[in-house]
Amino acid sequence: MHELPQQLVNGLLLGSMYGLIAVGYTMVYGIIQLINFAHGEIFMTGGFGALAVYLWLLPEGTTMWLALPLMIVGGIVVSVTIAVAAERFAYRPLRTAPRLAPLITAIGLSLALQQAVWAWFPGGKNSRTFPEIEAGPYHLGSVTIQSGDIFLLAAAPICMAVLAYFVRKTRTGRGMQATAQDPDTAKLMGINTDRIIVIAFALGAAFAAIGAVAYGLKYGQVNFRMGFIIGLKAFTAAVLGGIGNIYGAMIGGLVLGVAEAMATAYMSDIPGMSQLGGQAWADVWAFVLLIVVLLVRPQGLLGERVADRA
Amino acid sequence: MTALLEVEDLRVAYGKIEAVKGISFKVEAGQVVTLIGTNGAGKTTTLRTLSGLLKPIGGQVKFEGKPLGSVPAHKIVAMGLAHSPEGRHIFPRMTIEENLLLGAYLRSDSDGITKDVERAYELFPILGERKKQAAGTLSGGEQQMLAMGRALMSRPKLLMLDEPSMGLSPIMMQKIMATIQELKSQGTTILLVEQNAQAALSLADTGHVMETGRVVLSGTGADLLHDESVRKAYLGED
Repeated sequence: MHELPQQLVNGLLLGSMYGLIAVGYTMVYGIIQLINFAHGEIFMTGGFGALAVYLWLLPEGTTMWLALPLMIVGGIVVSVTIAVAAERFAYRPLRTAPRLAPLITAIGLSLALQQAVWAWFPGGKNSRTFPEIEAGPYHLGSVTIQSGDIFLLAAAPICMAVLAYFVRKTRTGRGMQATAQDPDTAKLMGINTDRIIVIAFALGAAFAAIGAVAYGLKYGQVNFRMGFIIGLKAFTAAVLGGIGNIYGAMIGGLVLGVAEAMATAYMSDIPGMSQLGGQAWADVWAFVLLIVVLLVRPQGLLGERVADRA
Repeated sequence: MTALLEVEDLRVAYGKIEAVKGISFKVEAGQVVTLIGTNGAGKTTTLRTLSGLLKPIGGQVKFEGKPLGSVPAHKIVAMGLAHSPEGRHIFPRMTIEENLLLGAYLRSDSDGITKDVERAYELFPILGERKKQAAGTLSGGEQQMLAMGRALMSRPKLLMLDEPSMGLSPIMMQKIMATIQELKSQGTTILLVEQNAQAALSLADTGHVMETGRVVLSGTGADLLHDESVRKAYLGED
């Protein structure tokens, strides 16, 4: 278990899940400078949306190869609906309010979503078992890919390629870049910035839902609290990569994932640190990394210093 | 025959402070009309209201006879009004070409867009030489050219230029003014806001002098250029 290539792969897989979720933080922040602290819960509801499709919309015994695409769609529908509604009814009325107001709204929304799933999802007060893919594990040399990670291995690169294409090559994507750089001038170009903001929320939510399906498959369960710590990690990844930069979000996720895997596996081998290794300390090392990056390179790995606004 | 743009008793406020206190003027198709005046006279506020970034508290604006009152900014561009804002506001992290293409955001005629990009490069050769360069790396004058080129990309019926000469070297300023003259001779209708009254009035058909939110004097460019009070107040003569 303690071989380096295996740990590296574990870290990259975990990190690509963080990256998928981090995209939502970074896109929304890039455009309206809002840290959407409810994004972790939007991720969580995506997981429950996917589970609901499996439990109640599909006949029992449907193979995962058929069920999975439908579950993804269900998760995306739930996440996107909640995110778009949150933007429309909670954040948009506060767009000209002081920064603190939407931030507190986001935290309130995050608690409300947790409690809603806790109270109303059947069996939602405990973890709910998530279906498994009947395949793998696969062995590639000394590296093993667990069956729960196969989805992530395929989904993360595809999602990031699609996102990069969208932002760089499509008209709406260029409108999104323009809105992020200078919203008033974007309007002068004929860009409907309100619509761009909705699209940013929706895209972030869709990625979070895919991340949630990946989470469910990886850990075999979903629960109403799962958005909290994963949301914090993804936010950390976004800051690590340079908040506002979508490539930064993915790279930040990968760096965080690898760091976490390495710390978990090897920290206890360092003399005097034997107490500080293992899974129990993984979160601690993730946030230590964040603190170090904030001290050394506050704009994040790919971030730019905000100085180019003449 | 109605004017292309009709502004009637327009009033705009920031909170309780009224920045534009009831101004009226017209822009006829093919004309160059200039608003001159000192800082804080309300010129930029007027342009930002015309393009929908600010909402008026009173008065009326009609473009080709259609009221602009409640039209959102992104739809005003589609009606044929382009605005090159004060301070240029190019998109710094995008290339020159991407900036120009954003000016054509609402158009879908890709052949026409390609042609107009070429036309912008003819008008401003320096932009063509650096089309793949990030716009933020350009000098102030080059950024101004880009802002003007970008505004032209929507094929506007009315081009609004806010302080195109601001902060430029005298040579660069002459270049910009010569370009405006060239656009005028091609038949472009222009609403020009300038602090440089001499330059603006010499190429304008009509001029309006603004002071603290009001139009205090109107006339042809030539008349205002020779008006004694204008010469004293804005052209630095005593």
